Parts: sequence; structure tokens; C-alpha cells
Amino acid sequence: MNHFPELWGRPRDDVYGPYNSSYLKSTGPKTHTQSPAVTGTSVVAVKFNGGVAIAADNLASYGSLSRFTDVKRLRVFGESAVVGFSGDVSDMQYIDRLLESIDIRENYSTHGNLLNAKNLHTYLSKVFYKRRSDFNPLWNHILVAGFDGDKKPFLSSADLLGTTYSGPHLATGFGAHLAVPILRRLFPEEKPIEEITKEDAVSALRECLKVLWYRDARSLDKYSIAIITEDGVELNEDQKLEEQSWAFAESIKGYGAQVV
Amino acid sequence: MTSIGTGYDLSNSVFSPDGRNFQVEYAVKAVENGGTAIGIRCKDGVVLAVEKIITSKLLKPGANKRIATVDRHVGIVSAGLVPDGRHFVSRARDEASSWRGVYKGPIPVSALSNRLGSYVQAYTLYSSVRPFGVTAIVGGWDSEAELAVDGQVGTGPNAGSGGKVEGAKAGGPGLYMIEPSGLYWGYYGAATGKGRQAAKAELEKLDLGSENLSLLDAVKEAARIIYVAHEDSKDKEFELEMSWISSLDGPTKGRHEEVPKELLEEAEKAAKRALEGEDEEEDEGTKSNEGERMQE
Repeated sequence: MNHFPELWGRPRDDVYGPYNSSYLKSTGPKTHTQSPAVTGTSVVAVKFNGGVAIAADNLASYGSLSRFTDVKRLRVFGESAVVGFSGDVSDMQYIDRLLESIDIRENYSTHGNLLNAKNLHTYLSKVFYKRRSDFNPLWNHILVAGFDGDKKPFLSSADLLGTTYSGPHLATGFGAHLAVPILRRLFPEEKPIEEITKEDAVSALRECLKVLWYRDARSLDKYSIAIITEDGVELNEDQKLEEQSWAFAESIKGYGAQVV
Repeated sequence: MTSIGTGYDLSNSVFSPDGRNFQVEYAVKAVENGGTAIGIRCKDGVVLAVEKIITSKLLKPGANKRIATVDRHVGIVSAGLVPDGRHFVSRARDEASSWRGVYKGPIPVSALSNRLGSYVQAYTLYSSVRPFGVTAIVGGWDSEAELAVDGQVGTGPNAGSGGKVEGAKAGGPGLYMIEPSGLYWGYYGAATGKGRQAAKAELEKLDLGSENLSLLDAVKEAARIIYVAHEDSKDKEFELEMSWISSLDGPTKGRHEEVPKELLEEAEKAAKRALEGEDEEEDEGTKSNEGERMQE
């Protein structure tokens, strides 16, 4: 025992050699907020005659680990808006609490909460842009589904940079590569939204989620789906993908121990 | 008033030799001039009602609400100085929001009342401030179901107890009244404002302690009581404003909402009818008395 309390209880330098602290970053800006940790994958959504349908699987991955399998990534806001989140789950929780506080405050006015999906999307895109400009982004890509001020179906996207775009059908993450081509084939540009029924939209989303389950290694066969119509939001959070067929896997060559 | 000229009523935070704080008592006087406000607590919910005196014909009917919502599950109505009431509500909303910030869930009505009581009491301690000129009635419903934590994404493990106690009961109605001194009690039925005496007498008749009154009946009783309490200031026009909070399987699903227009009108009609009935009885009573007298 010596007279230097800061050395007590530590490995002795004369026995173990000096501690190598070079890997500990001691200077420079904070960087851990600049990459996601626990993430959700794709969100897919389609407009149909009189509403919007939106779906996402129930998985939160920790890197490539399938960490949480009952995660609700579709969040309902007010009477008729749903936000679908992909990207960082803790940032999603932060945004969810933010929206909760807005909903409570809106209800304080005599008219109740009049914010529609379009207002919500504008607001969130500005939150994203502010945070990325502070070099402290919210690591999400979201789809906002609901109605605009004219009571027409509304679907728009916003991402961690504050970029926004909209369309009759949208997908985030891997879905942007795998689901959008399917949706474009099912619902070509010439086909007016009025000709797409709710059932068409729902079965298209199921088809997309199935393909994503086949090919996206960070996805799950359990999913949530929300259907937003004039009557409100119908949210089902424990769906399972039916009628899977892995026959196509036979034809895939070039992986693992296969001999081509 | 014995206090005048003694010098002990000039500042807050100064006791008189017989142990009174006159500024607080004057604040109570301000409350006693305000429109009557009442709250009724039943087994399946809480009703709040207020007699809103129309101070000008130029005011828009139905505007300028006197009952305010705090979070989603609490309502506050107050009698006394309206701006003081507004500030009180604003504080309540801040408290509810800060509770959510810490505990990620709605504030229990008892906890909110406790914090508001402390807040009001602090305004009796310093010479730089005056006490609140309101007595507020805080009514709400604490969810009886297990609530998700704000921002919760999953449902947790589906095996094991998860720290839950089997059969533990939680939630229910809450009704508290906070006075200018900071004093607050929980009530089955609370009344304040000008017609509080008449209103209290009516509330006592309802036998609320036995919890037999249903929420729907309480709405009608509340309307009637406000009309009864208005009898003493009949020269002034008033609007009846009512709100309610029901259990999760009731009409408002645990939220604080205005009583729907149809139900409010129905209750008002019934209240007027009940009053007229009373008047007739009284008239008949006086007539027969006169008859008796004539016989004599």
C-alpha cells in the first residue's frame, strides 16, 4: 500500500506493465450519436381508394443479431395518422414521445387535435433537418400515412437528413429496392388510385413483406399493418406471413458449402 | 371585519396575533364571488360542472371555456379570479408534462393534486406575491389497465411474472379540491363559488359515499345542482358547462372530455323541469297555508 489512493485497486504497473489507453479516444467531438445501434428495417405503404395502408415487420436488430421480435414500428398519431419508422429504435422512441406531447398539447385547444398527417410530416421533416444540421441526427427514415387538409389520402417520406418525397406507394430501407418494383408492377402510373381497392393494397403489402422476408436478412415474418380510412385507423400488430414458399432458394447458387 | 386597521392584513406571510393569515382569507372572499363550480365522483367516473356567468351579451356563446383539460385524463374547474385559474391550469399542465418526462406515463390525480397544493401554498409564504384567488376542483381517472410506458416498443417477456403482482387493483376516479391556502382534500362531491352552500346541501343528499350513483345520473344531478345553486343570483344570465371522465370501458374511455351536446341539453332540460316542479310544489304549499289561515 502506498500513499496514492488513485492507484489503489488497479493493476500494478510494475507487475503488468503500463496500461495502454491509446484505443480510448480522449479528444475530438462526440460521435456515438452518428450511427444507429438497434434498428428496424423496411416500412412499406400504399395509397388506395379512400385511404392508405402501411406495414412493417416487428423486428429490431442489433447489428445482424435479431434482438427484439415484438417491436411495434407503426405508431398511431391522433385520429387518422400513422407513422412507420425504420432506422434507430431509440430515436423512434424519442420521436414517439415527442409526438405524444404534441398530441396532448393539441387537445388543450377547444377544437381538439386538428393536426393531420400532412402537418405531422412537415413537422417531422423539420425536426430531422434541424437535428442533422446540429450534427446530431435522428437516425430514422419514416413514412407518414393519413389524410391531408382536403381529406385526400396522404403518403410521404422523411429521412434523417430532412429529405422528403411522396408518392402513391413508398418503401424505406431494403424495401426501396425490393418492394417498390413490385408495387410499380402492381400499380402502374397509368392506373388511378381510385381503381385500387383496400384489399388490393393490403395483399400487395403482404406480398412485399414476404419478398422482404425472403431476401432481407434483417427482417422477420411477424409484422404489423395499419389501414387508415375515413373511419379511423385499424391497426393489427401480431400478423404472421402466410403461404411462404422457399422453393426459389433451390436455384440460388454460390453460397456456403455448395458445390456449384 | 376585525382584521381591518390592525395592520396584520397588509402583507402575505404575516400572521395576526390570533394565528390567522388575512391575505389568504381575502383570497377566499374572491372565490366566494365566483360562479359555482362542482365535481361529483362516482364509481365509474367523475363529472365537473360550472355556472359560467355571462358578463356581456357581446361574448360568443359556448366560447371561453372554464373547464380545462390537463394531460388526457384530468379536468380542472375553478371558481374565483379567472386569470388566476388559467395560471393554475397552466401550472398543472407543466406538472403533468414533467411527470411524463420522468416517469414516462400519466400523472396520478392524487399526485397532481399534491403538487398543485404545494404550489398554491407557496403563494401564501412570501410578501412579494399574493395568494391564488381561486378554489380549484381537480377531477380525473387513473387508468385501471396496465398502461404501456411512453415510447414502449415491445410487450416484454411472455413467460414469468415480470415483477407483476397477481390480482393487484389499480386506478379509479379521483376528485380533489384545492383552496387558496393550499389546503386540499379528496372528495366524493365538491362545491365552491357563490352557490356552494346550496350545492353542498344537494350533494350531501346524493349519498355519494356509497358509490351507487352512476356516471350518467351524476351528469344529470350536476346540471340540476348548478341550476339550484343559481337560484340565489337569478338576475344574472349563465351558461352551464360540463365535462366528464369515465372508466376505460365507459363513454370517454378514461379521457377528460366535454359532455356531448345532446346529453348536456337533456340534462339541462331535466334540471329546469326539476326546478319548476319544486316551484309548483312550493306554490301549492303556500296556497294551502293561506287556505288554512283563511279558515282561522
